[in-house]
Amino acid sequence: MSLYRDVTNKPWDQVGLPDGIENRPVFAVSNERLALTVFMIIASVIFSLLLVSYYIRMGIGDWVPMSIPTQVWANTTLLILSSVCLQSAVVFSRKQSTISVVSRAGLSFGIGGLLAVAFVVGQYQVWGLLTETGQGVRSNPANSFFYLLTSVHVAHLLGGLWVWSKSAISLIQGSTSEHFRQTINLCAIYWHFLLAVWIGLFFVLANT
Amino acid sequence: MAYVPLADQDDAHALHDPQTFVTKYIWSQDHKVIAIQYGGVAIFVGLIALGLSIIMRLQLGFPDTFSFIDPAFYYQAVTMHGMIMVIYLLTALFLGGFGNYLIPLMCGTRDMVFPFLNMLSFWFYLLSVLVLLASFFIPGGPTGAGWTLYAPQSISMGTPGYEGGILFMLISLGIFIVAFTMGGLNYVTTILQARTRGLTLMRLPLSIWGIFTATVLGLFAFPALLVSAIMLGFDLILGTSFFMPAMMELGEQSSYDGGSPILFQHLFWFFGHPEVYIVALPAFGLVSDVISTHARKNIFGYRMMVWAIIAIGGLSFMVWAHHMYVSGMNPYFGFFFATTTLIIAVPTALKVYNWVLTLWQGNIRLNTPMLFAIGFIFTFVHGGLTGLFLGNVIIDIPLADTYFVVAHFHMVMGVSPVLVLFAALYHWYPKVTGRMFNETLGKVHFWCTFLGTYAIYLPMHYLGFLGMPRRYFEMGSTDFVPASAQALNANITLAAIFVAIAQILFFVNIFWSLRNGERASGNPWGATTLEWQTPDTPPKHGNWGEELPSVYRWAYDYSVPGHKQDFIPQNEPGEEYEKTHHTAGGHS
Repeated sequence: MSLYRDVTNKPWDQVGLPDGIENRPVFAVSNERLALTVFMIIASVIFSLLLVSYYIRMGIGDWVPMSIPTQVWANTTLLILSSVCLQSAVVFSRKQSTISVVSRAGLSFGIGGLLAVAFVVGQYQVWGLLTETGQGVRSNPANSFFYLLTSVHVAHLLGGLWVWSKSAISLIQGSTSEHFRQTINLCAIYWHFLLAVWIGLFFVLANT
Repeated sequence: MAYVPLADQDDAHALHDPQTFVTKYIWSQDHKVIAIQYGGVAIFVGLIALGLSIIMRLQLGFPDTFSFIDPAFYYQAVTMHGMIMVIYLLTALFLGGFGNYLIPLMCGTRDMVFPFLNMLSFWFYLLSVLVLLASFFIPGGPTGAGWTLYAPQSISMGTPGYEGGILFMLISLGIFIVAFTMGGLNYVTTILQARTRGLTLMRLPLSIWGIFTATVLGLFAFPALLVSAIMLGFDLILGTSFFMPAMMELGEQSSYDGGSPILFQHLFWFFGHPEVYIVALPAFGLVSDVISTHARKNIFGYRMMVWAIIAIGGLSFMVWAHHMYVSGMNPYFGFFFATTTLIIAVPTALKVYNWVLTLWQGNIRLNTPMLFAIGFIFTFVHGGLTGLFLGNVIIDIPLADTYFVVAHFHMVMGVSPVLVLFAALYHWYPKVTGRMFNETLGKVHFWCTFLGTYAIYLPMHYLGFLGMPRRYFEMGSTDFVPASAQALNANITLAAIFVAIAQILFFVNIFWSLRNGERASGNPWGATTLEWQTPDTPPKHGNWGEELPSVYRWAYDYSVPGHKQDFIPQNEPGEEYEKTHHTAGGHS
């Protein structure tokens, strides 16, 4: 393993260019891909800490499990479809030489993002619905956590949508940059990650 | 798409060449300008925190003397002093300042891999500072909850800054964390991916190892602060009860019920303890380079030093509850955290031994940076040893919340990192400005600061043994603290004022030398690392002129036997290279 070899060698013994004339990054991925991976790890830490807090707070005694509105299921479906669309965009983009707004990759990318927007709107509606039925944010710690977890998740998705919208706008404006291929790829990875997080959160919220 | 590291992208467009005054000095994407921006703001806000500490000391040294210091103002000064020093000065200056300046230069790259994100990082940092400082000007002033912002006190009526200061604090922290994340992604990616040819991980200077590990720690630890800030914000604004228990407010039952203040403490210290090392590890790295350079000797035990940095980083996530021994916990829990706390002393002590062994039989040049670096070894050993006392549950319980703790953490993470900051600021000043500073002024600054801080913090240990509690606005009369303790307190205050005034020497020196200092050569210390080998001093945009450097050796080839100079720069091929690789030619 080269990383192991790197950190165990004796640098004072070696003079010269050990790797030839090429410089050698630690990971054979683009900088953007590595940064996204690190960011997803950070986001995982955030959600893990929220879940740890959730379970600790749950044990205190005033916890009343909440009934999840059915619309959350519909929202989940939207997010799954959104992820599927972005994955299709990745697959199509590999087959297409140029990506434009009317290409399959471009269309899938656009629809995927719009479905994510619909998910955000749907979550907002769920919050309204809960508040109307007396299950506001203060009503019970279980409800408080529902608002907290969903809003932090939505905040992460909005960050992804900000990147998506920038690319979507330049696609609409007719740009066919090679850069889109990577953006589509990275957006898809991030979408899948947030879908996995959401399914995990939903499972916990619905079962406790 | 083919992977092309930024270090290999030579066209001017990709480097965001600054065109105007605004893009060169304000909305700059050059890591060196961003570093100076970070450093300037951090030092400015640090001076405010220094002023706040003088206000605290005036009250403690001379109670009932200054009418403008009331209990609320005192607690606000305590809180803002702590938060600013730890987060907005030390974290920002080590990582935003030195991280930004040194990473691309020491790694032989032209800039960070995401220059735009880097610029955003600074502006978010500035915004977080402005929001924090704005809290001084709102009704009720800044929060006075203590820098740990413990719930329920921080958001309860009667705590200074309850009206808005605490909200400003939480918002400011949130913005800071966003800024740190943007910077941190840059530092990590640049170090891992964009190092120049031949610069293997084990050829990196220890400064980079320290900054890298601290950044990784920050990226994992700041989420805990973010989560606690968001949840505390929910409790404050929306009235949830994550942390807030049922309690009485103004004789009436508050609307809160069932929340867990201990949960807040766990979250806070899960961030808070790694934060100590977020500050300490870059300091360890920088001081290693300063010591090695000015002792003209390779760092002793380089690999051990690297592994110690990583071990300390990993262990720092397993010790957080030693801040909570008096909060109440299962004895086995306390035993576990006491054990991990003492284990962390092993790699830390190893580093201290290695610094001392680097000095041993070195050709030591006692110039200003080296004086500060050696001063750091003293204060760090001192603060570290008292940490071993406090790490034990049975010793911590009587000493918790006394001035012994204040003395401990100021020695270990206040004075020590600040001494390294001064060492590093003086050491890299010639590279950043192209001028030498005044040595005499620098040495006077060192002795005033070093001896002055001992005059402040040594007596505090004694006050702690007497049982003098920290955080008290005034002591009143007690049976266990003798009246003579007040004389000691007055002396500490005088020493603190002396040290604060002595810092004027530093500012006079760096500003005077900017114009009047002797012109610095590219490598005035005879250092080996890449930043001293730039074609221009200060380095121009793009750092390396036409061609990126190649690295042929590790960062500590000092006093190599048989070599004509007492140092060999990392980018010098050397005889061995010529012998074995001459057919490979250079590089394109």
